[in-house]
Order: sequence, then structure tokens, then C-alpha cells
Amino acid sequence: MAKYLLLKHYRGAPAAVNDVPMDRWSPEEITAHMGYMNDFAARLEKTGEFVEGQALAPEGAWVRYDGEGRPPVTDGPFAETKDLIAGWMIIDVDSYERAVELAGELSAAPGAGGRPIHEWLEVRPFLTAPPTITE
Amino acid sequence: MDETLLRSLTPGVLAVLVRRGADFAAAEDAVQDALVEALRVWPADPPRDPRGWLTTVAWRKFLDTTRAAASRRRREYRVEEEPAPGPAPAVDDTLQLYFLCAHPSLTPASAVALTLRAVGGLTTRQIAAAYLVPEATMAQRISRAKRTVSGVRFDRPGEVATVLRVLYLVFNEGYSGDVDLAAEAIRLTRRLAARIDHPEVAGLLALMLLHHARRAARTAADGSLVPLTEQDRGRWDTTLIAEGVGILQAALARDRLGEFQAQAAIAALHADAPTAGETDWPQIVEWYDELARLTDDSPVVRLNRAVAVGEADGPRAGLAALAALDASLPRHTAVAAYLHERDGDLATAARLYAEAAHRAPNLAERDHLTRRAARLNARRDR
Repeated sequence: MAKYLLLKHYRGAPAAVNDVPMDRWSPEEITAHMGYMNDFAARLEKTGEFVEGQALAPEGAWVRYDGEGRPPVTDGPFAETKDLIAGWMIIDVDSYERAVELAGELSAAPGAGGRPIHEWLEVRPFLTAPPTITE
Repeated sequence: MDETLLRSLTPGVLAVLVRRGADFAAAEDAVQDALVEALRVWPADPPRDPRGWLTTVAWRKFLDTTRAAASRRRREYRVEEEPAPGPAPAVDDTLQLYFLCAHPSLTPASAVALTLRAVGGLTTRQIAAAYLVPEATMAQRISRAKRTVSGVRFDRPGEVATVLRVLYLVFNEGYSGDVDLAAEAIRLTRRLAARIDHPEVAGLLALMLLHHARRAARTAADGSLVPLTEQDRGRWDTTLIAEGVGILQAALARDRLGEFQAQAAIAALHADAPTAGETDWPQIVEWYDELARLTDDSPVVRLNRAVAVGEADGPRAGLAALAALDASLPRHTAVAAYLHERDGDLATAARLYAEAAHRAPNLAERDHLTRRAARLNARRDR
């Protein structure tokens, strides 16, 4: 088994096929979208492939050390151009192929007009503990 | 109450119920009920034959829940009264449990989880922690596995190779958290080896012992990897090495060579050398040839063979052997970097180490390769 992070982006990823901002969807469409993702997570829990999922607020700040005795510097909310992570799901699956298959399914969540949004999801393998045998 | 004793008895009791025809999931529930009963009754009234007691109570629990008149039967049995020990089994039931848990219809992940639960007697929480997944996820994985094998009847043992593969997977998972999976795999393989007379079972046990013997020397205090050539051989566990070599020699003497015996032979040659420089590389190359034959020329084996050739006949020969292999193989770039370094081409080696670090599957390996690249770059800059 190997763990993968499925990363959802607000920005920074290539545009979705059905690319309508969420605030222009109908409330029912938003409910359907959320329901789809919850069902997806619940199904993975049943197959023993679910590890974790979280959503992130779009507001964030860059923070940096600014020298001894001084408070950290923040640049305030993200500037328009910066990448933005909307949330993630961690899965634990038998193969890379299965991870891609599941990411494809998650990307089919319904959006505007009830049609799949076809958003791009980033799939990243976790670095694991070293195996007992390497030599 | 002796928890270790209970844990060691559980798989055997479970196996008896399964062999008597109990459905796997129901059998496990019944054994859990019997354990609860044991915790209640034993402190005041310890049984003469704990295993027999557990088997009898578990079997009654199983009958209780499967028969419609469960409540009536429960009144009939007075559990405070020590039941007669069950009949001594003529066949080894635990062995059947190994084969059931490694059934080919299960995915490797399910087979591993079920083996640790049913044969190893670990709790779902312990298994979940070892694999870093939520307990609920592991519980689902195990219950799905139980459903998958629930219809399987066990009149004859299955394929030994499948069981060995599952145990090897557990061993390779290494160490994470409370449960030491490598030690657990050794414990289970020891028990299997005591029950089944097969050179490959012995080969796997020898392989595990020989690798386990070097564990303390494989990582530095800060968790970084120490390559074989740089390991402090004084920290190798000589008792485990002696045991592994002994088991291996007995297995090899039977002249039924298999993959695990060949791998163990290579590990034994490493363990035998007092210093890295005294390693018998020509013989290791021969064992890799043998291993390649046994594994239908597995690319991973041929990659390892290229390393051995590089040591036996010089880095140029190693690079020539490597050139015949697909460059996309895991660790191919790391091996190429090492051989170029040995050959004195530090610029190429540094570049390849950095590239290999980028593709490393775990943190310890990535750090190790990055450090090597950095060291070569620093040396060239001077």
C-alpha cells in the first residue's frame, strides 16, 4: 500500500473544463458538489483506502522571520498571482494506477449545470519509511 | 492476567473454529467473546488447560450466536464451571490459518492486515498505527478481507509461496510506531517454520534474521542511513547472524533452491565479511546469477547484480552491466551515480546523485543521496 495526496487547488492548477466560479453556482449545485465529495470519502472509508481529508480557507498569509527581537513579517492575504490550495484528501491504495483512477473520479464532482467540473487534481506520492531491506 | 499468553493462544483457538466449519468473521467474534470471559473468570479460577478452556468456550459462544435458541443455551451453560478441555487437534490448525489469511483472492494489503490480526493476534488499533492509517480504515480493510474469505473452505493447504510473500511484505514494512513489524514478521515466520518443513520457509526466516541482525548499524543516531560499506560491523548482532547462517545452510543442503534461500545466501556473504573490503563479491555475483535464473531475470535482481559486478570486476564492468538495463528502474540512477563515483568521474556522479535524490521513494534515502551529491560538489569546488 502506498499513500497519495490528492490536492485540490483554488488557483495555480490548469483551468477546469467546466470552469465556472463556485459563487455563480446555484445552492443546489453546491450541495450536490459537496455531497459527491462526502460520498466519495465515505466510500473510500469502506474500501479501507481513506486516510484523511480537509478543506482549507482561501485566506492565508505569507510569514517570514525578520531578524532577532523583531516580530515576524507577514505580507497579508495572498496576492492574486499566488497558488492556492483548497483542500486535500489522503488515500492509501494498492497502486499508482488506483490513485490516478480515484483522482479521476474525484475530478468528476458535479459543478455548474450539474455537469462534472473536470478540475485538475494534483496527485503526489508520500515519501515513506525506508524498507527493512535495501542492500 | 497474562496478556502475552492470551495473544499466543488466540490464533490457535480461532483456527480450530475455522477448521470445524465456522465462518471466519463469526469465529473471530466468538474468540473475542471467549477472551472477555477469560478475563472475567481466570483471575479467580485459572484453568488447567488455557487453550482447551478457550477453545471450548469460544466454540460454545459460536454455537450460541448461530443457533436460534441462543438465549436458552446460554442459561444451560454455566461458564463459571470449568469446561472440559477440547480434544487435542490431530492436524495443525494454525497452519491453515496462515493459508486462509494469505488467500490469493485477497489484495496484498488485505492479506497482510488479516494475517497480523488473525495469526499475529494484534489489535486493529495496533495494525492501523503500524501502517499509519485511521483505525476505522483498518477495521474496514480487515472486515472486507474476512468477508472475502468467509466462503472459503479449508481442506488442504494452499500455496506456501503466497504465505511467504505476505510475511515478506510485513517484514519489509520496517519499523514504525508501537509495533515492530520486522520483529512481528520474524515471530510469525519462526512459528511457520516450526510447523512446516520447507526449504523456502527456512530461506525466508534466514533472510529476515540476517537483515535484522544489521538493523542497529543501518541508521545513525540522527536517523540517517548508513550504507553497508560504512556500517560499524561491531554493532551487528552475531547471535542472529549465526542462527540465520545455520538455518540457511541446513536449507541449502536439501538441494531445493528457491528465491529466498538465494537472497539469504547473499545476505550471509555480507554478514560473513569482517570488513567491507573482505566481502566475497565474486561469489555474490554468482548468487545473483542464480537469483536471476530463479526470478526469470527480474530487472531488480539484475540491477543489484550490476552493483556486485562493479565491486567484483571494477566500476567499468558494473557500468557495462547497468547499460543493458532500463534507466527508469527504481534506484537505477543511484547505482549509476555510485559506479561513476568509484570510477573517478565525480562531476557525472554528483549530477546523478542529485537526480536520484529527486526520485527517492523515502526521506532517509533522499537525504542520503543529497548528502552524497553535496559532498562531491564541495570536493570539486575546492
